[in-house]
Amino acid sequence: MTAPASPGLVTDTLIMTRRGFAHWARRPGAVATELIFPVMMLVMFVYFLGGGLAVEGGDYEDFLVPGILALTMAFGLEGTMVALTQDVERGLLDRFRSLPIVPSSFLVARSVIDMISSAASLLVMLVAGLLVGWRWHEGPVSALAAVGLLLLLRLAMLWAGIWLGLLAGRPELVQTIQILVWPVAFLSSVFTSPSTMPGWLGAIAEWNPMSATAAAVRDLFGNPSWASDAWAADHALLLAVAWPVLLLAVFVPLALHRWARLSDH
Amino acid sequence: MTDAIAVTALSKTFGDRPALDGLDLTVAQGTVHGVLGPNGAGKTTAVRILTTLLRPTGGSASVAGHDVLRDPAAVRRRIGLVGQHAALDEGLDGRQNLDLFGRLHHLGARAAAHRAQELLERFSLADTGRMPVGRYSGGMRRRLDLAAGLITRPDVLFLDEPTTGLDPRGRGEVWEAVRSLAGEGTTVLLTTQYLEEADHLAGRVSVLDGGRRVAEGTPDELKARTGADRIDVVVRDAAQLTAAAAVVGAAVRAAHPVTDPDRRLVSAPVSDRMAALTATLRALEAAGIAAEDIALRRPTLDEVFLHLTGTAPRKDPA
Ligand SMILES: Nc1ncnc2c1ncn2[C@@H]1O[C@H](COP(=O)(O)OP(=O)(O)OP(=O)(O)O)[C@@H](O)[C@H]1O
Ligand SMILES: [Mg+2]
Repeated sequence: MTAPASPGLVTDTLIMTRRGFAHWARRPGAVATELIFPVMMLVMFVYFLGGGLAVEGGDYEDFLVPGILALTMAFGLEGTMVALTQDVERGLLDRFRSLPIVPSSFLVARSVIDMISSAASLLVMLVAGLLVGWRWHEGPVSALAAVGLLLLLRLAMLWAGIWLGLLAGRPELVQTIQILVWPVAFLSSVFTSPSTMPGWLGAIAEWNPMSATAAAVRDLFGNPSWASDAWAADHALLLAVAWPVLLLAVFVPLALHRWARLSDH
Repeated sequence: MTDAIAVTALSKTFGDRPALDGLDLTVAQGTVHGVLGPNGAGKTTAVRILTTLLRPTGGSASVAGHDVLRDPAAVRRRIGLVGQHAALDEGLDGRQNLDLFGRLHHLGARAAAHRAQELLERFSLADTGRMPVGRYSGGMRRRLDLAAGLITRPDVLFLDEPTTGLDPRGRGEVWEAVRSLAGEGTTVLLTTQYLEEADHLAGRVSVLDGGRRVAEGTPDELKARTGADRIDVVVRDAAQLTAAAAVVGAAVRAAHPVTDPDRRLVSAPVSDRMAALTATLRALEAAGIAAEDIALRRPTLDEVFLHLTGTAPRKDPA
């Protein structure tokens, strides 16, 4: 019997995506943990770190929450990597790759699943933010634009995660990446002003994609930002769009290429 | 009629180590073909190339009339794969797995669900309920994996060591499934280290070693090719085993008779069956060694395998 030709990327992606929902339905506890962890981080940073911060022109909640939102989106990279390497290790990829489907649908489904969970996570964090005293001061359009920028950063990091996951192949290697993620997070304007860092580190922090998103989101929510006369800080909105687009332009082709090259090993 | 599988001078090199080194293989439609070989012979590599998972370094291969490199999509529509290691979604239950793979074969929701139920029953997995595959035993996992390979009743089915790690009942179920598929016209390529399995299931057998085919034929042809029939002598007193080996060896002029202390057995290749039998009987009597049993027989596939590859096959755990 010959299976029918694949009806296309959309159908295959939907079927694969449903697999992600089935996983959630089976493990509500894990889903809850995943949603609660960033909220915990947010609450801890606001209460423990927030008190020691003096931010001119606003409350520290208003300053910290956008940064932690950006941080959470960037850290989503780990989750994507872990999910992907688990499938690789379990040999499941071989099964999918031997099926008559559009090959990239597996990767696209991964990104759809992760984007849905990230959007849910973002929503929960915004509610948690409101509860700890954070407020937005601009209109709903600006707020939606801010959410859009955060999800755009997540999407870019997601494809970086897919590429790294395919490259690493094994879950153990993910730990290395998890360790490397932290310095990158702190070398940003999420927690401290880059102008307080030594020269070149400060420059890196100014240009960190996470800083761009954090700064742009602060702007859009009408939350206070670090005072800075760096070009990157002045053009945060532009960079918050340009950085993720650039990252996507790099990592999507890399990931697809890596996927196609799986058949060389 | 085109061959279901046609492989010419297939090679695959990992780094600078060849895993396949000029493999030739043809499998006629509707037959069960055994691929036998020791660890590292290249069985899995060959299966991965034929199922479009791996790109060969050289040579060509086609499956169900389609070139694996030029038209992998057409190949994927016609094959089923049961890999050496179970390829299942451990977070889902058995039914969800089969349903997922059925949908990915584009069966449609209703047909996929129906097929899933059918296969669960066929492989005695219908009562596993909502248990996730992560909690399945090895044998259950293997059976579900096999079911997943059968979703579409493929034209060509690849089974890479399908019964490794199964108990006799599980093995029986797999054998039964393979036979009934073959009866329906599916071509089956089956790799195995169990000679008994190849003997039972396969019409033809290719023996692989070092990435090449070192022999091919029906199991009977292969047994005949190693030439010599054998004489088996079981001695009554285990203490006389070494002496018996020397006596039998001299009588049939065999350089190295094989002994098996557990079974008190001496076995040696013979050229002239009747002459060997008389000579052995006389020599044993003269040496005062009591025999419990004497038999002439064809060589087993194990002995063929040993002869061809210089490696003992894995012992059947049953
Ligand atoms: N991905 C890989 N990278 C490097 N070497 C590999 C890879 N896959 C297989 N090999 C090597 O190629 C050779 C053939 O391996 P293969 O898995 O095809 O053997 P096999 O006959 O299936 O063995 P087994 O009975 O153990 O399953 C081995 O030497 C193996 O180490
Ligand atoms: Mg193998």
